[in-house]
Amino acid sequence: MTTGIQLAYLLASVLFILGIKFLGKTKDARKGNVLSAVGMLIAIVATLVTLEVLTFLEIFACILLGTIVGLYYAYKVEMTKIPEMVALFNGFGGLASFAVALSDYYLKSETNPTALDAINLSSILVSLLIGGVTFTGSMVAYLKLDGKVSGQPITFKGQHFLNLLLLIAFIAASVAVFIDPSQLTFLMVVVVISLLLGILTVIPIGGADMPVVISLLNSYSGMAACATGFILNNNVLIVAGSLVGASGIILTQIMCKAMNRSLTNVLLGGFGQTASGPGVDGPAVVIKEIGVEETAMLVDAASSIIVVPGYGMAVAQAQHVIRELMELCEKRNINFRFAIHPVAGRMPGHMNVLLAEANISYDKLLEMDEINEEFATTDLVFVVGANDVVNPAARTNPQSPIFGMPILNADKAKTVIVSKRSMGKGYAGIENELFGYPNCLMLFGDAKQTITKVVGELKEMS
Amino acid sequence: MEISDLIVLIYVLVLASYLGFELISKVPPTLHTPLMSGSNAISGITIVGALIACNELGFTSTSKWLGMAALVLATINVVGGYAVTDRMLKMFKKK
Repeated sequence: MTTGIQLAYLLASVLFILGIKFLGKTKDARKGNVLSAVGMLIAIVATLVTLEVLTFLEIFACILLGTIVGLYYAYKVEMTKIPEMVALFNGFGGLASFAVALSDYYLKSETNPTALDAINLSSILVSLLIGGVTFTGSMVAYLKLDGKVSGQPITFKGQHFLNLLLLIAFIAASVAVFIDPSQLTFLMVVVVISLLLGILTVIPIGGADMPVVISLLNSYSGMAACATGFILNNNVLIVAGSLVGASGIILTQIMCKAMNRSLTNVLLGGFGQTASGPGVDGPAVVIKEIGVEETAMLVDAASSIIVVPGYGMAVAQAQHVIRELMELCEKRNINFRFAIHPVAGRMPGHMNVLLAEANISYDKLLEMDEINEEFATTDLVFVVGANDVVNPAARTNPQSPIFGMPILNADKAKTVIVSKRSMGKGYAGIENELFGYPNCLMLFGDAKQTITKVVGELKEMS
Repeated sequence: MEISDLIVLIYVLVLASYLGFELISKVPPTLHTPLMSGSNAISGITIVGALIACNELGFTSTSKWLGMAALVLATINVVGGYAVTDRMLKMFKKK
């Protein structure tokens, strides 16, 4: 390979690194994404130049098709559905690496079997395993997030034993491939096991843990690209792949920490299932209701308000009317802010994107550590579609499955209003003690409709 | 592949991973979703492998068909990933 091409790959790697560096500051982030995209373009063009493109037509057709599908999806997708899209695209990335590894195996076994040395074969096998697990795992995650498959953990007896057996079978088949690389049957066993493992490792994980799973699969898709880099002896794949791998691992750690659970605990699954059994709920909570007029009066009288948004807000599409509420409050000189729990929404940072879409300035969105001290001095907390992240049981009740999870101290505020469709339970399937607190009032109904009415009342008052 | 080539690749892997950990720890939680979709697009770098795999004459070989499938998938990943990340980042405004 010529020096020029290698330098182009180096430039692409630098641009990927700079792109991620720029993501560190919100105002530069968009520029960072463009830099990263330019890096990708350089890598693609450099590759096309090395190939002297023998098959321009096919390559052009494939890229065109991929571009149309990618752009269509990227511009059509609703912001509430971003986790589904990321899961799906992760899966595509994994499958692409998987297909490249398989393709390389076929090519070498047909034309140049001696090239299938130990290093090459191991890279191919690792690539197939990670790529396969990423693909089917992401597809299961996508189906769960999209509600096409129940978000409940699917567990059965001997599940972990089965996974272990499959892993042993994978190793055995890999050894067989090493002994005789021309044996396609063993390679097919490897392929099937890789795909099966992806399904089996994600089905026992409950819906509440999906943010962890997407982060982890994101990391896998990077590692799959890395493994492909080892097959092709190509540095740019390894640099890009490791950046993504690291990113996914960090996000996974953050999510686990925010839920006070170990990664092993999440992966072994079954969370939320054990918690909802009879007897765990404790005494029934006595709640107090509030209407829209009284809510408007409380808002009007407050001097500081914190909104705690959850996925329920996004489902009700209430973020735009909350922005209206914010504008009305700011006219009244009420200090109006948002408290974002790390696991609010269905993926890391999801709530921030939804609120940004509603045109809410990002400096109003505060992280848990920044705002938790301030609840005690706040007049009114408005919990919209969030549940488990404000459940004081996490602090007080060692029996609770969420005990130890860091939560937003909404209960410390003077008054808490919880906007909720009904008395249903949160994603973790447990009772929320907050609802029974003396300073907590329940505003029942669709969040968008009730808050619209509150906004209407406030407009009349002024 | 020679063992010396492998060592170089492992060097790159280890150093890039450390760099990745350093850089990504600094990304604010506000941007975690765009970080994820953006890094998802970067993982589409496997498109380079797909292009190489696809560049075979004739449609008879399995390796070519796999390469073409990989190319379509990786392109969706790259183009869709960058486009949706840009769409999201455009919305982050400070007043």
